[in-house]
Amino acid sequence: MDKNIRTSFINGLWHNNQALVALLGLCPLLAVSNTVVNSLGLAIATTLTLVLSNGLIAYSRGFILAEIRLPLFVLMIAGIVTIIELMMNAWFYQLYKSLGIFIPLIVTNCAIIGRAEVFASKNPVLPSLLDGLVMGLGFSVALILLGALREVLSMGTLFSQAELLFGASAQHWQMNVFDDYSGVLLAALPPGAFIALGLLVALKNALDLLFSKK
Amino acid sequence: MQFPISSSPFTPRNNSISRVMLHVLYALLPVTAIHSYLFGYGLLIQLLLAVSTALVTESLCLLLRKRAIKPALYDLSAVLSAVLLALAIPSIAPWWVIVSGMVFAIGIGKQVYGGLGYNPFNPAMVGYVFLLISFPLQMSLWQESSNALSLSDSLAIIFANGSVLDGISGATLLDGVKTQLSTGLSLIDIKMLPVDERLNLIPFAYCVGGLWLLHKKIIQWQIPTALILGLCLPATLAYLIDSRQFSSPIFHLVSGATFCAAFFIATDPVTAATSNKGRWIYAGLIGCLIYIIRTWGGYPEGVAFAVLLANLAAPSIDIYTRSKIR
Repeated sequence: MDKNIRTSFINGLWHNNQALVALLGLCPLLAVSNTVVNSLGLAIATTLTLVLSNGLIAYSRGFILAEIRLPLFVLMIAGIVTIIELMMNAWFYQLYKSLGIFIPLIVTNCAIIGRAEVFASKNPVLPSLLDGLVMGLGFSVALILLGALREVLSMGTLFSQAELLFGASAQHWQMNVFDDYSGVLLAALPPGAFIALGLLVALKNALDLLFSKK
Repeated sequence: MQFPISSSPFTPRNNSISRVMLHVLYALLPVTAIHSYLFGYGLLIQLLLAVSTALVTESLCLLLRKRAIKPALYDLSAVLSAVLLALAIPSIAPWWVIVSGMVFAIGIGKQVYGGLGYNPFNPAMVGYVFLLISFPLQMSLWQESSNALSLSDSLAIIFANGSVLDGISGATLLDGVKTQLSTGLSLIDIKMLPVDERLNLIPFAYCVGGLWLLHKKIIQWQIPTALILGLCLPATLAYLIDSRQFSSPIFHLVSGATFCAAFFIATDPVTAATSNKGRWIYAGLIGCLIYIIRTWGGYPEGVAFAVLLANLAAPSIDIYTRSKIR
C-alpha cells in the first residue's frame, strides 16, 4: 500500500500531471494565474472539489447506471462546487470577487470529470480520495508556478494582495523581487499565460529527457 | 574553344539565403542614413544593440537545440530581423527595450518554431508587438525631428534613464491625428499642425530601397502593389465619403510604416503566401487591415498587427490558391 501511495503521488505530481501532461482544465489555469494569490485560491478550491467529487462518485458508483453516469457526475460536481463557492463567498469575499466567474466554472474543469470517469467510478472510496488529493496537488503546483512566473514578470512582485486569502496580517507579505521594475505587461495578459504555460510544459519535457538519459 | 557544360536546372546559382538577406540589408541603408541625419545617433546605437542581441540569442538557442551555429549566423536572417526591429521602435527607447524585444523575437518568434523557414510569423513583428503591448510608455517615446541628438546625448538617454525625454519626444503624426479626431476635432482643423517636411524623406528612402530590391528581383512586385492598393482603396473610398472624418489616402501612404511594410516586412519569403494569386490576397489583406486598425483600432499604427494576422492566414491562402496540376 505504501508503494502504491508513492507511485500515485509521483504520477499525480509528475508523470500524469493534469495540467502539464494531460493538459486538462486549461481554461481556469490560464485565466486566473495572473498572481500567486489568485492561483493559490483557485488551486485550493479545485483540489477540494477534486477530493470531494472523487469521494462522492466512488461511494455512489455501485448504484449509478453506466448509461447516465456523465450527467450524474456533472450534477454531483456542480453541487460540490456550489457549496465551495458559497463558502468562499462567506469567508474570502475579496478573493471570491477577484476570481469571479472562474469559481463556478470549476464545474467544467475537465481534470475533475476526467478523474471521475477514469478513476473514481472504478475504485473504492479511500483510493479515490487519495487520487483526488494527488491530482489536485499536481494541478495546484502547475497553477501556482504559472502564477508566480507571471506575477514576477508582469509586476516584479510575489504574494501581492496576500490579505485576500490569509487575512489582514498578511498585508506585508508582498515581496518585491526587482526594485524599480517597469513590468512586462504581456505576462499579465492572456497571450502571456499561453506562452508561460508553453514554456513550463517545455521545461517539464526537457527535465524528463534529462532524467531518462541517466 | 570549349564551353563549360552544366546540367539542368539552369537557374542562377547565387540566389542563396545570405545573398537575399544581404541585398535587403543594403536596401535599408538609405533609410538608416536619412534617419540618422534627421534624428542623430539613437538609431545606430539601437542597431548595434539589436544585432548583437539577435546573434547572441540565436547562438544560445541553437546551442540548446544542439544545432550547428555557424550557418545560421552567416545566413544573416537574424541580422535582418534585428535591423527591422531597431528601425521600428523609437530610437530613444532605453536599451533594455530593444534587448528584450530581440530576445523575444528570436527566441519565441523564431527558434521555438524550429528556426528560419519554420516560423509562421515575421520575427521582427513578433518582437515589435511584444514590446508595444508590454512597454506602452517606452514605445511611445517618439523623438521630435527638430534637433538631431549628439552621440553623448543619445548614449545618455538610451543607457541612463535620462530625464531630458520630455523635451525631445512628441506624438507621431498618426498618433496626433487619431487623438485629436477622438476629441471631436475635424481633419480641417488638425491640418494646421506644423509638420516637418523633411520627415517625408523617410518613406522616400524606403521606396528607393524597395525599388532597388524589385530591380534586383529579390522581392516580387505583387506584394508591395497589393499592399498599397489594399490600403489606398478603402482610404480613398472613405475620404470621398467624408473628408472631415477620414484622412486622405496620401496621408496613409506617407505616414507610419506603410512603405516599410510594403517593401520590407510583407515581402519576407518565409511568412508570406507563395503563389502569385496568394501574394495578391495576402498583401491586399495586410493593406486593408492596416487601414482598419489605424482608423478604428486602439493603436495609431496597425502595420505589425496586420502583418501578424496575415501571416496567420498565409498557409490557408496558399492552400486555396495552389495551382491545379492537371
